[in-house]
Amino acid sequence: MKSKSVRIGSGAGYAGDRIDPAIELAEKGNIQYICFECLAERTIALAQLEKRDKPHRGYGQFLEARMEAMLPFCAERGLVMISNLGAANPSAALMKTLEIAERLDIRPLKIAAISGDDVLESLAAVNRPVWETGQPVKELVDSIISANAYLGVETILPALSEQCNVIITGRVADPSLYLAPMIYELGWSVDSWTHLGAGTAIAHLLECAAQVTGGYFVDPGKKDVPDLAHIGFPLAEIYQGGEGVITKVPGTGGAVSVPTCKEQLLYEVHDPSRYLTPDVMADFSQVTLTEIGVDRVMIRGASGSIRPDDLKVSLGIREGYIGEGEISYAGHGALKRARLSAEIVQERLKKRRISFRDMKTEIIGYNALLGSIADRVAVNPFEVRLRVAAKCDTMHDAEKVGEEVENLYLNGPAGPGGARKYVRPVIGIVSTSIPRDMVKTSMDIVELP
Amino acid sequence: MSRKVKLFELAHARAGDKGTITNICLFPYDEKIYPLLEQQVTAEKVKELFSELVAGEVIRYDIPSLKGFNFVLQGTRSGGVSSALAIDAHGKSLSYGLLELEIDVED
Repeated sequence: MKSKSVRIGSGAGYAGDRIDPAIELAEKGNIQYICFECLAERTIALAQLEKRDKPHRGYGQFLEARMEAMLPFCAERGLVMISNLGAANPSAALMKTLEIAERLDIRPLKIAAISGDDVLESLAAVNRPVWETGQPVKELVDSIISANAYLGVETILPALSEQCNVIITGRVADPSLYLAPMIYELGWSVDSWTHLGAGTAIAHLLECAAQVTGGYFVDPGKKDVPDLAHIGFPLAEIYQGGEGVITKVPGTGGAVSVPTCKEQLLYEVHDPSRYLTPDVMADFSQVTLTEIGVDRVMIRGASGSIRPDDLKVSLGIREGYIGEGEISYAGHGALKRARLSAEIVQERLKKRRISFRDMKTEIIGYNALLGSIADRVAVNPFEVRLRVAAKCDTMHDAEKVGEEVENLYLNGPAGPGGARKYVRPVIGIVSTSIPRDMVKTSMDIVELP
Repeated sequence: MSRKVKLFELAHARAGDKGTITNICLFPYDEKIYPLLEQQVTAEKVKELFSELVAGEVIRYDIPSLKGFNFVLQGTRSGGVSSALAIDAHGKSLSYGLLELEIDVED
């Protein structure tokens, strides 16, 4: 297929994102495609655990709500939905989607599920090093919960050729969800690296949804953006040559401006001339952004070079438990009392021989987020909240952290307020790689005429 | 005469995380002061600012077509977002740490 342009909307930027902006975009955005990126690295590890207990589960958390909201647009208005909501179990997500469509009598639908990103079985044989530590993967095998390869556009393109209007994947690289419909509609070749790099830049601007329309941006008095409670999710109009316009539905809140696009273009990017995806080595270093109208920004100048031979693999690893406790102090000497409390907790944990791999004490309202940078600004906060967190091998030890904080009520400084304690299992995420040809993907299609 | 000005008066920033690496992009509100930032907001200064939070190297990438910079801070969290002990496990607030940096501005 060859069109002059294609309009693609962003339906979600993370697993728990708002649903109403996606509906507004589908209703009023005049879009042909809507993509939902709902799969953080940790999310897929948790989904994998869920699938082990319940084989028909392990798909994305809000799959039902998102499908109920979007399927009518797919069936009645020719909208195509592409999402990694399949998480650890795309086939189960397909069956669930079918069930929803039948129950609500939404048709016609042609639903595809793309599987094969789960590479846990073949990982030990490959035994590449873990990027973060250099350790061979084999040494970690006993603690690995999940291993998912980042698939690219070539797994989605066949579903588009089959005229599917709902496409569900597991781990696919975020920009690939958006790049696939650009390639399909604009007739780009999958080795036209400049086009793929340009499309990846636009995909990157869209994939975090409201982060390009004023979310994660606003700073009252410095960077003002209106009506965030009603923020519009972005859409892009992409042209044959790889240029695109980022915009949003008129009347929605938020803003699309050169500054919002600049910030998002480099979000989670390292070397801007080498942004690696399964599809291309994209180059954002020559990009120009131009405001061509109200809430309309033109992006040009991104390019790319040949895609990598290997695919990135994200590993979820059991790493024990984090135990934490919090307690607040206010008024005169609040900071001193919080600091004294931190010392008491540390001494108590030592005395009780609680073993932990790592511990952090931070004072919320003072230095919890930026550490010693706080010392550059002399402040004497009126209210502070001490937080102590430690990573332990056992749940038993982790529980003691919060208990010692809570004990400060009766045994610590004056005026303690609102102690809370938490324990949670830790899933660490590390990365490795796998040769592309060792990853075998498959596609199931179910049609509801 | 020159005076000290904090970056938050002159520029905006956004932080992103991938594993144990944080990136912070920085853009002047007024593109004319890009050379001033290029000269003064060096990787060394940023590493010193974040000395307590960053274990590894800091690299600065310049993007003249956008009049901006991308700072890559290696080793900001042990184990990345899901196993970090800090309350801000992502490090999303770190952009406002960078904006505390002071530079010299000629009047």
